[in-house]
Amino acid sequence: MAVLEVKDLVVNYGLIQAIKGISFEIEEGELVALIGANGAGKTTILHTITGLIQPKAGTIIYNGQDITKIPGYKIVSLGMSHVPEGRRVFANLTVMENLKMGAYTRKDKKEIEETLKTVFEHFPRLEERKNQAAGTLSGGEQQMLAMGRALMSKPKMLLLDEPSMGLSPLMVKEVFSIIDYCHKEGITILLVEQNAKMALNYADRAYVLETGNITLSGDAKDILNNDQVKKAYLGV
Amino acid sequence: MDFITHLINGISLGSVYAIIALGYTMVYGIAKMLNFAHGDVIMVGSYIIFLLMSNVGVPAIPAVIISIIVCTTLGIVIEKIAYKPLRRATSLAVLITAIGVSYFLQNSSLLLFGSDPKVFSSVVNLPSIKLANGMINISSTTIVTVVVCILIMIALTLFIKKTKAGQAMLAVSEDKDAASLMGINANATISLTFAIGSGLAAIAGALFCSAYPSLSPYTGAMPGIKAFTAAVFGGIGSIPGALLGGILLGVIEILGRAYISSQLSDAIVFAVLIIVLLVRPTGILGKKLHEKV
Ligand SMILES: Nc1ncnc2c1ncn2[C@@H]1O[C@H](COP(=O)(O)OP(=O)(O)OP(=O)(O)O)[C@@H](O)[C@H]1O
Ligand SMILES: [Mg+2]
Repeated sequence: MAVLEVKDLVVNYGLIQAIKGISFEIEEGELVALIGANGAGKTTILHTITGLIQPKAGTIIYNGQDITKIPGYKIVSLGMSHVPEGRRVFANLTVMENLKMGAYTRKDKKEIEETLKTVFEHFPRLEERKNQAAGTLSGGEQQMLAMGRALMSKPKMLLLDEPSMGLSPLMVKEVFSIIDYCHKEGITILLVEQNAKMALNYADRAYVLETGNITLSGDAKDILNNDQVKKAYLGV
Repeated sequence: MDFITHLINGISLGSVYAIIALGYTMVYGIAKMLNFAHGDVIMVGSYIIFLLMSNVGVPAIPAVIISIIVCTTLGIVIEKIAYKPLRRATSLAVLITAIGVSYFLQNSSLLLFGSDPKVFSSVVNLPSIKLANGMINISSTTIVTVVVCILIMIALTLFIKKTKAGQAMLAVSEDKDAASLMGINANATISLTFAIGSGLAAIAGALFCSAYPSLSPYTGAMPGIKAFTAAVFGGIGSIPGALLGGILLGVIEILGRAYISSQLSDAIVFAVLIIVLLVRPTGILGKKLHEKV
């Protein structure tokens, strides 16, 4: 059964139609990549799923529940966590306070402590810097923090918006190894990436978005070998 | 010795400004708007205390508590009706609405209570304190005002640092969308901020009118503007900035009135503000972008 089902989604910014009636779905435990050029509408789709933007038309079904009209702040307690584009860590709060914020909707202190331990295992750098203001972290560290913060809610589904943006090749590798780990843990993942090659290498399936329309979809390996995709997104 | 008395009175007046400035600064930090009706909430709160004490005979403390409850509710209602629909509007539209709310409160009070000033009886009825063989005489209102201001600052700091709701305020003030992704209801947090700010306005009103006992529908306007100045002075969005700005403003005003000119004291206050803003556009403790509340 599909965990996430997006049907005929239309999103407008004023008079401009950014998403022009797209449909896609994600099965439980899948890692699905969403690739497309700048301004194609990738971020808009993620924002609409987590309720930061209201769609003009269409439905979003998550675990069988229609979440199209649910206020954004209720989404995370349904098990869906969104790592937004540009990290959006709370710059004036410490690393620790940011991580605690990720567990805002959770009640059990002991379980939160356990999740915190796992997050620190994956991001030892964050533990070293737990009392540092998040705004003073390096870009890579902020990305780690944004992902760690999202994991603090113990999500069943992750939405990642360009997690490798602006990172060094080494850092990119590290980020993808975390994504891979989450995938293996059974977390369903929707991954938006500019680094299409890397994303397609890790993903099970992929969708290609062009100015608000899905123009191609299928197995990640097939998309990786598609001539058009190669030309447009892989630079070969 | 006169100087010490003036200084203490300045700190006391500044404490009132600081309490009012908290309301401006918190709302600005979290809702990114200037609530120009804030000063008039002070006036409404003071009328409630006045009516309860003079007409109904309620003792001071319960009267203040009722006033806090009414103002808190008023703050929430103002936010819901006037500001919430404008969440995505331009800041100019919000500013004009706030000025409208301010006039609405002033004119409603004019209609309900009349324009003639009422004599407000102090909510603090303790003997004054004499120091240095009676050369320094400090009224109990002055002392209570400073103490209340310190208590409020401590309570608020602890609230923000230690409670989930306080942390939610910090998160919303930095990034409303990111806060929403964490599961924080930004609207409820903004509502809470207005509630706290307006509750504090009620306390400020009680203290201000105890020190300056003439109450009219325009009573809130001047301390409101000065407290707003204090908030900008200290760095709008910063809680310690509100305290520092308020105290400095009060001291400058009282010393200016005593030693320079009583007519010019307000002009001096605003001149200092302009100089500070020329040197430090973000105010004394104000930080750059993103560093709110
Ligand atoms: N708040 C907004 N108001 C108006 N137009 C917007 C707004 N946000 C996005 N858009 C427009 O919608 C379109 C899709 O933007 P979106 O941010 O979803 O693209 P994207 O695929 O995430 O791009 P990128 O890879 O650069 O992040 C763009 O044309 C953009 O200019
Ligand atoms: Mg984007």
